[in-house]
Amino acid sequence: MTGAVLAAEAAEAGSTGLLANIAILVLAGFVGFAVISKVPNTLHTPLMSGTNAIHGIVLLGGLIVLGRLENPSVGDAIILVVAIAFGMINVIGGFLVTDRMLGMFKAKPAQKKGDS
Amino acid sequence: MDVLVPILYILAFGLFIYGLMGLTGPKTAVRGNKIAAVGMTIAVVATLLTVTHNWILIIVGLVVGTALGVPSAQKVQMTAIPQMVALFNGVGGGAVALIAWSEFRTTDSFSGEPAYVIVASLFAAIIGSVSFWGSIVAYGKLQEILPGRPIGLGRAQQFVNVALLAGAIACAVVAGLGGAAEIWIIGLLVVAAVLGVLVVLPIGGADMPVVISLLNALTGLSAAAAGLALDNTAMIVAGMIVGASGSILTNQMAVAMNRTIPAIVAGGFGGTTLVPGADDGVDRTVKSTSAADAAVQMAYASSVIVVPGYGLAVAQAQHTVKDMAKLLEAKGVEVKYAIHPVAGRMPGHMNVLLAEADVPYDALKEMDDINDEFSRTDVTLVIGANDVTNPAARTDPSSPIYGMPILNVDQSHSVIVLKRSMGSGFAGIENPLFYADNTSMLFGDAKKSVAEVTEELKAL
Repeated sequence: MTGAVLAAEAAEAGSTGLLANIAILVLAGFVGFAVISKVPNTLHTPLMSGTNAIHGIVLLGGLIVLGRLENPSVGDAIILVVAIAFGMINVIGGFLVTDRMLGMFKAKPAQKKGDS
Repeated sequence: MDVLVPILYILAFGLFIYGLMGLTGPKTAVRGNKIAAVGMTIAVVATLLTVTHNWILIIVGLVVGTALGVPSAQKVQMTAIPQMVALFNGVGGGAVALIAWSEFRTTDSFSGEPAYVIVASLFAAIIGSVSFWGSIVAYGKLQEILPGRPIGLGRAQQFVNVALLAGAIACAVVAGLGGAAEIWIIGLLVVAAVLGVLVVLPIGGADMPVVISLLNALTGLSAAAAGLALDNTAMIVAGMIVGASGSILTNQMAVAMNRTIPAIVAGGFGGTTLVPGADDGVDRTVKSTSAADAAVQMAYASSVIVVPGYGLAVAQAQHTVKDMAKLLEAKGVEVKYAIHPVAGRMPGHMNVLLAEADVPYDALKEMDDINDEFSRTDVTLVIGANDVTNPAARTDPSSPIYGMPILNVDQSHSVIVLKRSMGSGFAGIENPLFYADNTSMLFGDAKKSVAEVTEELKAL
């Protein structure tokens, strides 16, 4: 599969454009690299948990597919409802757990107590 | 509507990036996480604006997800965070796989879909299924439902894994040709599931943080692929950011353990390791000590470094340790905490636990900052840490962990090790530190031992 073929098909499909989407993909990758390379080790667990919550964005996929489906079969309905529930668990659980973890870091006047 | 939704998406991923930047510093992290959550809310609301059918089913899905996700996030013990993250990651991967499956069903087996949509969907299906089942196994191991030691097929393992991957790709090719029977996509999901299980099963407890991080990155990539298939920029951006950042994080963890990601995935760390040095003629007697002696030793020291490990997490000893440190500080002893990057089962795991017990953030020292201080330290108190203090990593080229950066605990004037028994760590490797002349062992549950030491300190 060459890029040219993919691009031609994207043009046929009349979407936002595959090339534009791939450009977005690549740029987002660089943003991910740039943002993360500066994190201190101590925040890695909350960070992993936070990024974990962000990939809960897959919830949108479930909403899109089910939201445009006319007369879904029982099988489709079950698969997509479970997918939406899974995505929701990922999003809401992820953000809440991260918030709990981080709340523990913040709660105290650390500088006063430290004996430098 | 055509313009509003893309604008909301741009706003949403702008907030994701801004929020993630906040997560990189201790002072801005709480706000960063909240900002990312606002971004997510905007993305979900924007998507709901495009919904034209099946409102009831959608609401059922959202409500069920909320009802399951909120209590599990609120009730989980801080010590169980790694497995909770594994589980949340797993359901994300499962969602991706299910969405790909439903796309296959609702597009009449991909008939008439552009090739890139088919390729991206099938990629998402394979990775999503691997991530879901791999995460479930990781959860089972960390929750100790499954044994933490490596379980593998030995030499055949890699061959079987490659064959499974080839099988999943073969199913994908047939499923992607258009008009294929549904059994092919189901076959793909099942073969990928077996692959996910078999990849994680042979990996020992010590490598589990790296695996969870790797699966996290994979779920991100599969979300980005699903975004390409659905032509959804918010999914592409968020998924790819997680894929990229997760890869970096995974690599940093692997480097901290002197392991490579392929070596970890190939599996079996510790599974086949002989007990090295069992007959090397070194004096192998262990000195054990009592809580009273340990208390005296620390009370009259001028500096103490606490080295926490997974044993502290298991015993939930963080509050007890904090109380002990307070007593010591009241006696004029300087107390610091040395945090190895992979202590516990996730990087930063120890920081979270100690922060829960109100230990000041500034007292937590990273490995590179504190390693030179051990030689000037009177007493080092190792609480349930093992492999990250093993001097064999510096001195014994035949050790499986040779070259792994460790805390130079053995250089301090004296070492007290709190440990449940003489059993070896997750990696199953002997630790010469325990036999060193300046080391004494205090056997027992970490929390109980620390509490006893604290009582003795009060009596002094």
